[in-house]
Amino acid sequence: MQEAIISKAKQLLADGTVNRVIGWKKGEFAYDITPAIFESAEEIDADFVYDDFTSANVSKYLVKESKKEGKVLAFLKPCDTYSLNQLTKEHRVKRENIYVVGIPSDGKLDAEKIKAKGITGITGVEKDGDTLKISTIYGEETMPVAEAMSNKCLSCKSKKHVTYDELIGEDGEVIDSNRFGMVEELENMTSQERYDFWRNELSKCIRCNACRNVCPACTCENCVFDNPDSGVQNKAAADSFEENMFHIIRAFHVAGRCTDCGECSRVCPQNIPLHLLNRKFIKDINSLYGEYQAGADTTSRAPLNDYTQDDCEASIVHERGVE
Amino acid sequence: MLKISLENLGKLFDAVAEKQTLYIPTDREDGAAEYRKYESGMKLSKNLNTLRSAKDFFFPQTENLADFKMEGKKIEVIDIREESEDFVVFGVRACDARSFTILDKVFLSEPVDSYYKNRRDHGTIVTMACTKPAETCFCGTFGIDPTAPEGDAACWSDGENLFIQANNEKGQAFIDSVVALLEDGDTAKLDEVKVKTKEILGKLPLANLSTEAFGGDTLMEHFKSEKWAELSESCLGCGTCTFVCPTCQCYDIKDFNTGHEIKRFRCWDSCMYSDFTKMAHGNIRNSQLERFRQRFMHKLVYFPSNNNGEFGCVGCGRCLSKCPISMNIVKVMKALEVK
Repeated sequence: MQEAIISKAKQLLADGTVNRVIGWKKGEFAYDITPAIFESAEEIDADFVYDDFTSANVSKYLVKESKKEGKVLAFLKPCDTYSLNQLTKEHRVKRENIYVVGIPSDGKLDAEKIKAKGITGITGVEKDGDTLKISTIYGEETMPVAEAMSNKCLSCKSKKHVTYDELIGEDGEVIDSNRFGMVEELENMTSQERYDFWRNELSKCIRCNACRNVCPACTCENCVFDNPDSGVQNKAAADSFEENMFHIIRAFHVAGRCTDCGECSRVCPQNIPLHLLNRKFIKDINSLYGEYQAGADTTSRAPLNDYTQDDCEASIVHERGVE
Repeated sequence: MLKISLENLGKLFDAVAEKQTLYIPTDREDGAAEYRKYESGMKLSKNLNTLRSAKDFFFPQTENLADFKMEGKKIEVIDIREESEDFVVFGVRACDARSFTILDKVFLSEPVDSYYKNRRDHGTIVTMACTKPAETCFCGTFGIDPTAPEGDAACWSDGENLFIQANNEKGQAFIDSVVALLEDGDTAKLDEVKVKTKEILGKLPLANLSTEAFGGDTLMEHFKSEKWAELSESCLGCGTCTFVCPTCQCYDIKDFNTGHEIKRFRCWDSCMYSDFTKMAHGNIRNSQLERFRQRFMHKLVYFPSNNNGEFGCVGCGRCLSKCPISMNIVKVMKALEVK
């Protein structure tokens, strides 16, 4: 796949369709891949990579990139195309300045999950069927591929590209995912258990803002939490209430716009399952306003921005609050 | 050298915890290690290092500095400082142990930061030598030997026994306080472990990373480098690298109005943040490129320039593991050293 992508990139650069490419650059190890812009065939040949660790969603970079001179080529995985569509819908990107080549993804790996097995000194990682072969300075190690899969890929919602100018390979289908399973588990808890679950998770937060900064739905020019004039700026949580509220407010802000790309939880250095907050909103929107997938198209009205007579009444909050 | 069998480590911890607060790295549910206050039965983590660094003990993420009460035009300043209690941090790795030397240069030089000093005076650092370094380790680049860690007292494990040796008076006092549990031990096997670890250190992928191209006299060359644009291009501007870093020491001081008093607090700042060093006149670093450059220039050029050549990084590798886009000091060094 990497070969096909590289030759496509070089072709589109050579024929002038685009003047630069956004993709992934290989790192020092097998897994530390950085999103990067490539401007020439030489740069692409030297460093471009598309493999099991290229999980970063490059859509958000297109907010900036699409406003620059010339067209940019973006290689997007199915989940990434939902993010781009949503950004297009919100007029955050100039879609006409982006040439999208849809590329398939059979699921990405998470190096942290390999390390969590106690495997260290990693020098190479290779898939062999369902087994992951990891070479380390301490010798060869193996583990099941499934156990090293990135969480966001374990609950993949779609193999379908919802926007593209060209595809490499066959397009897939929306899949019946298990993504609401953990949300249901949380819903089935007592309110005290649920409160304890979230207090335990959110108390780990170090306010690095990685979740917000990576989020394709978080594109405010100046976040209220970064603005010293807002009165609510906080680099440090003054108390546990603030610690919780940052994430809850953020989840509210992206409700109905979050495509469930899973980047928030992928980047969290403290492994907080932040995507579950967003998924709860998605699940609620589905049940209260009808099935809706943010980013699936660029024209439909979003349930939370639209009024219909069938909308649920505010009393739903009270009704659901009763245990 | 004095030793205790690893089976009896719990007894050692219990004895220490009886006299003062003890913190040890322990595994949490998600497998990551973090320092926690020791309670009987708590197991020492087998992980190489903690997710967050040990700097939190002396330079916490947030702390109150003073309170103000206002009545009309009268302002009462309340000094809320309290003498810290004695505590022990056990199991600190050589990289983190060196980070205290770096933080000391900042906080203990004039004017001395009394909040930091208070904690340093009351804390005893007991380090633990490494036997299984990770691919992300590069402490050797900064002259740190992970088989001979600094700290008040240092420990080594040969797989069966824990050996302990004092590096200073504070460390000796720690050993004296638990000496009843220790016995003299033969270090033959431990010496073999050390030799083996050193062999591994030589095989690490970053073993040859050099600081040669950096230091105080390289300021303008690196500051003006055209490479910063590309290096900082995909930086998200989050604070992950700075907050997991054992040596990042920038902070912000703010006043918080509780409604009936003012709390002046200090919290970690990050040069990656848009309001970093924002002052009355505005901001001196308006782009992510400038802020990104600041982080690495600080560690590789400004810090050594002000501190007799000592670099502001200890090669712990946390930023290599945790940066959401995998951009880090190693990639920056390798890019900048190419002329």
